[in-house]
Amino acid sequence: MADHDLEVGGETFTSRLVLGTGGITSMEALQRTVRASGTQIVTVALRRVEASADAAMMQVLDRCGVRLLPNTAGCRTAREAVLAARLGREAFGTDWVKLEVIGDEHTLLPDAVELLDAAEQLVDDGFRVFAYTTDDPVLGRRLADAGCAAVMPLGSPIGSGLGIRNPHNIALLREAVSVPVVLDAGVGTASDAALAMELGCDAVLLASAVTRARDPERMALAMRQAVEAGRSAMLAGRIPRRWHAQASTQFEGLPQL
Amino acid sequence: MRVNGARAEIPDGATVAALVAARTSGHSRVAVARNGDVVPRSAWETTDLAEGDVLEVLAPTAGG
Repeated sequence: MADHDLEVGGETFTSRLVLGTGGITSMEALQRTVRASGTQIVTVALRRVEASADAAMMQVLDRCGVRLLPNTAGCRTAREAVLAARLGREAFGTDWVKLEVIGDEHTLLPDAVELLDAAEQLVDDGFRVFAYTTDDPVLGRRLADAGCAAVMPLGSPIGSGLGIRNPHNIALLREAVSVPVVLDAGVGTASDAALAMELGCDAVLLASAVTRARDPERMALAMRQAVEAGRSAMLAGRIPRRWHAQASTQFEGLPQL
Repeated sequence: MRVNGARAEIPDGATVAALVAARTSGHSRVAVARNGDVVPRSAWETTDLAEGDVLEVLAPTAGG
């Protein structure tokens, strides 16, 4: 089965790995990590200028030639998220936004009600909304119906590294919408990213799994390979699971020994 | 007037553009919110700061 490029937000990409920058330790590490990952999309946040990153961060990302995806990290209400998205559009000159509306400070799980409200307002305002959401297929469909450019279900809570806790929901969500589905949050290691792709996700967004790894550059490469492997496996079609063994060598002609 | 959560004095002839210039050296991607609304870059020069304004001056950071 032939593959095709990722089409999302009105643009086309050969890489299906989206990188978050949270937790990166140095600009040199950022550059090596982005390059090793092969990513073409990187998400960035806005903060008060006194607490923001050194201006060198944007120089590194510009040099790497990646597409920027501003996010609304830290927002708790639709009102905050809509304003954060508009500020991101102003700062980065793009109508793309990773919409994140957090409903609980311990789990950082999305607030479904505020999220859908914000998504509708931002779509009306001309944004290409990449909605970070729970793994609820019904909410995913509501976000897609609202006009979101991509639906981005979590595998497990942000930064937890717990992987994909409900693979069935991710597969159901993939079936429920026609826009790209990007597994976002919870990836701990390469096999999690591969599983996301095997479940039919169109891409994987991750940050901590790479930035907090002992060797971020090597983990970035592992994630790139995992996303590619998972995508190929999905296209190739896994064999059905069986309860008992099925011999791969024929019985016919078995000698009597 | 408050800027990024701290009390600030309004300098003479202060505009949003002047505030941005004073606070964001080195940053090319900056956004400003004034009293809960975005001030578009095209309006920085013509937007005067006033007593009681609440401003947020933002720049990129790692995250998300």
